[in-house]
Amino acid sequence: MTPTVLVVEDEPNIVLSLQFILKQAGFTVRVARDGEQALRAIDDYVPDLVLLDIMLPRQNGFSVCEQIRVNPACRNVKIIMLSAKSREADKERALALGADEFVTKPFSTRELGRMVREIISPVKPARSVNPN
Amino acid sequence: MSGGLVLTVSILYLGLLFAIAQFVDHRADKGRPFTRNPYVYTLSIAVFCTSWTFYGSVGLAATRGFDFLPIYLGPTLVFVLWSVIWIKIIRICKLHRITSIADFIASRYGKRARLGGLVTIITVVGTTPYISLQLKSIATSFRILISSADGQLLHAASDPIYFIDTTLIVALTLALFAILFGTRHIDASEHHEGLVAAIAFESVVKMVAFLTVGFFVTYGLYGGFTDLFAKAAENGLDTLFAVNADGDYSRWMTMTILSMAAIICLPRQFYITAVENPEESYLRKATWLFPLYLLVINIFVLPIALAGRIAFDGVTADADMFMLTLPLINDQEMLALIAFVGGLSAATSMVIVAAIALSTMICNDLIMPLLLRARWFNINKNDDLTGLLLTIRRISILVILFLGYVYYLFASESYSLVTIGLVSFAAAAQFAPAIIIGIFWKGASYHGAMTGLALGFLIWIYTLLLPSFAQSGWLPLSFIAEGPFGIDFLKPYALFGLEGFDRLTHALFWSMLFNIGALWLVSLLSQQTAIERIQGTLFVDVFGHTDDERDSRYWRGSATVSDLQQLVGRFVGGQRAAKAFAEFAEERNLNLKRNQSADAALLDFAEKLLAGAIGSATARVMVGTVVKGEIVGLDEVYRILDETSQVIEYSHRLEQKSAELEQATAQLRNANERLKELDSLKDHFLSMVSHELRTPLTSLRAFGEILVDNPEVSREERERFLNVIVKESSRLTRLIDQLLDLARMEAGEMDWSLDEVDVRSTLQEAMAALDGLVQENGVAVQVDIPDHLPCVRADRDQLMQVIINLVSNAIKFCDKSEGRIEVSVNVADSELQISVADNGRGIPDDMEERVFEKFHQSTGRGGDKPQGSGLGLAICREIVTFFGGRIWVSNKTEGGALFTFTLPHAGLAEISLSAE
Repeated sequence: MTPTVLVVEDEPNIVLSLQFILKQAGFTVRVARDGEQALRAIDDYVPDLVLLDIMLPRQNGFSVCEQIRVNPACRNVKIIMLSAKSREADKERALALGADEFVTKPFSTRELGRMVREIISPVKPARSVNPN
Repeated sequence: MSGGLVLTVSILYLGLLFAIAQFVDHRADKGRPFTRNPYVYTLSIAVFCTSWTFYGSVGLAATRGFDFLPIYLGPTLVFVLWSVIWIKIIRICKLHRITSIADFIASRYGKRARLGGLVTIITVVGTTPYISLQLKSIATSFRILISSADGQLLHAASDPIYFIDTTLIVALTLALFAILFGTRHIDASEHHEGLVAAIAFESVVKMVAFLTVGFFVTYGLYGGFTDLFAKAAENGLDTLFAVNADGDYSRWMTMTILSMAAIICLPRQFYITAVENPEESYLRKATWLFPLYLLVINIFVLPIALAGRIAFDGVTADADMFMLTLPLINDQEMLALIAFVGGLSAATSMVIVAAIALSTMICNDLIMPLLLRARWFNINKNDDLTGLLLTIRRISILVILFLGYVYYLFASESYSLVTIGLVSFAAAAQFAPAIIIGIFWKGASYHGAMTGLALGFLIWIYTLLLPSFAQSGWLPLSFIAEGPFGIDFLKPYALFGLEGFDRLTHALFWSMLFNIGALWLVSLLSQQTAIERIQGTLFVDVFGHTDDERDSRYWRGSATVSDLQQLVGRFVGGQRAAKAFAEFAEERNLNLKRNQSADAALLDFAEKLLAGAIGSATARVMVGTVVKGEIVGLDEVYRILDETSQVIEYSHRLEQKSAELEQATAQLRNANERLKELDSLKDHFLSMVSHELRTPLTSLRAFGEILVDNPEVSREERERFLNVIVKESSRLTRLIDQLLDLARMEAGEMDWSLDEVDVRSTLQEAMAALDGLVQENGVAVQVDIPDHLPCVRADRDQLMQVIINLVSNAIKFCDKSEGRIEVSVNVADSELQISVADNGRGIPDDMEERVFEKFHQSTGRGGDKPQGSGLGLAICREIVTFFGGRIWVSNKTEGGALFTFTLPHAGLAEISLSAE
């Protein structure tokens, strides 16, 4: 089973680029356009990783991150926050709220891909029990 | 008629008076007396009607017709039209425990003993003839009665009767009565219920007697008024009751004014109306009851006078005695006796009240101040002085009656009752300016009152009293005819060459001129002392602060309670003082200790207690002897007043200052808020710029890397990705352009290409440029441009930018396919108004100003991510402002936002030019 990544981003073109990269890397990609959609999506299906933009309509990324972290169903969900704001304060805040990584836009697709793979492996041969 | 009978009746009558007074006083001691009502009060005021009224009016009417009337017109006018003056005087008297007219005047002008003394002297000099007039009437009527027999009058009037002069006996009896019932209380401001009841009773007696005789004459001797007047006319007496065209109006006027002054200023009237007034409200009834009494008692004056003239036609007869002689010659001895008793009542009531009023004045305002000055009289000895006070008053009464008797013996024979009465009235009238001006003008000063009174009194002596002495033979008659030492200019009946008036008018004119003139002038020129000023204010504003404690403010020093109580005790009696002090303490819930220092209120209370017994002037001096410290000076009163006003002013200024401070604080707070806002705005601006730049850059980099790393992507995908790169690149360029424009505009470094711009074509071009966006969003756009528009001076590209920004904004906030946008232009006097209206969500009220700020981004349609950079409206504002216009937004009542901006135009004249 392939890990699922939830992309929460309101810029359509960025969504497009992330979708391409993650699919290529072998993940299932789901997309949410704003904070509320993201939370609904998580209720619906718990992803393995959330790529979370900070500047979102309705609920911003910080708030969404906070709520994912208090949700017991999401204990194992990893979070990478994306921000176009390069302020150090934002990064600190994100990590404090329980994000695993903080990535500043514009990001390198290669580095982001590597980071995602490091956090979650699309195939987990080491841990999986081979039924065969 | 036998002298024994008349004497017996007289003594019985006086005995009845004693009984009434005794009975009422006895009742009063036990509680509220039944004589305490407005009717008794009014009847006591009728003490105004003396034997002058009873006998003299008839005498005057017998020779001068209606001339007796003004004497009653004056009082009527005062009571009916000007009762407020009485209310004011009564209020003042009660408040200050005033005991007499001298006390009143002295108290008003700073509690100065000298003024009270002068008033007392004037009163004694002026009243003595009046008292002698009463004694004379009693004596004359007595003689006429006993020397008549069987309808015949015997002319032995001047014979000595029995072994002693009856008049003296009458005088002594009256003195005894006055002493017994008028000096019962040491506190002269207390009420003498028995005395008042007896006086009221006398008023009833004299009226009944007068009416009885009048009725007998009019209906007994004649067939009523008509018959009597007809008979009189037959005898050629119609001149007496006809109103003559050449009537002596100045005399009428004088007598009316004189009697108006007299009803207030005659010591006995002042005493009985103000000092003995039990309740202020009683005066309301008296205002019509007293004039009614005067009317009733005067009804038969003219008929009796006429009947007398007819009866004694051709015979020498004293017209003043018609009241007696008419019944006598008609053999009506009983009736004559009734008339005699009536006359007796009229005379005795006046004598008694006058003697009591005068004795209080002599004691409090003349003797006591003198005693206090005398070295041999050691006032600081702690003797009980109540006995001394009463003794002085009692002796005073005896002296007053004795003086009246002496004057009667020597002077009164040469004058008629009316003449003596009027001379007395004129003396009393001298007090009117000091009283009336004093209670309406705070500026009237002690020196003014003193000078006015003294001058008025001197002129009264010179123009009325001295001539009467001359006529009595004590001065050479040439004094009247040629003036003193033959100086024509100083003739007493034609002073300073003023001739043509009767003597009374002449005297009143000069005395009042000098009296009022001096009071006025000297008051203006002299400086008031602190107490004068305080008293003046208290008297004039008596309705203002009734129970104020301000009056005691002039005592600056202090005295112990026991000193004060001891002092008061010496004059009013130790027990009474102790009781009064205890009541004072109880009323105010105080616990007065003996060695405690008395406060201002207690000092004031003690002084008023004393004033009731010894008059205000003496009371002030006495309190001064125990109060250590002094009376405040005028400058201090001013300073206190001044300080108060300064404090008020200062606190006013403080209030103003603190209001200003508050305002400044609020402004500072606002400015601070604004600064904070600006700071966070700058922060926000930088972070927004960063965000807006990084977002397209992210796409550019991502797709660039994707395309480099994935050369095998499908052709469609490659095309799609490249398209994104192109779009985001131009977005980035646009954003950078906008940012630079805005920065240049704000810094004033924008390159404007200003020209005359045709708004119509510019608008049309802008709308054409927006066509694609409009189609894409499916909104309906309505453009309403008048055919002729004035040119404006602007940068055409930038103006187009404004319109594009506004319309594209409108499109952004309209619902797809249901959006309606209206663009319109209105021409006003000096400007064009260009509006862009949409039917979107409108602008929240608090955002109307903020939407024009940089990077303010309203959430888009359905709350989506803000669209655009947030710089559009900020740029619009910069552009419009640069063109000299304004831009604002409001909400349409039917929903949706309405953006309007103005552009100044040079006027329509230029259209035609540009059109050609």
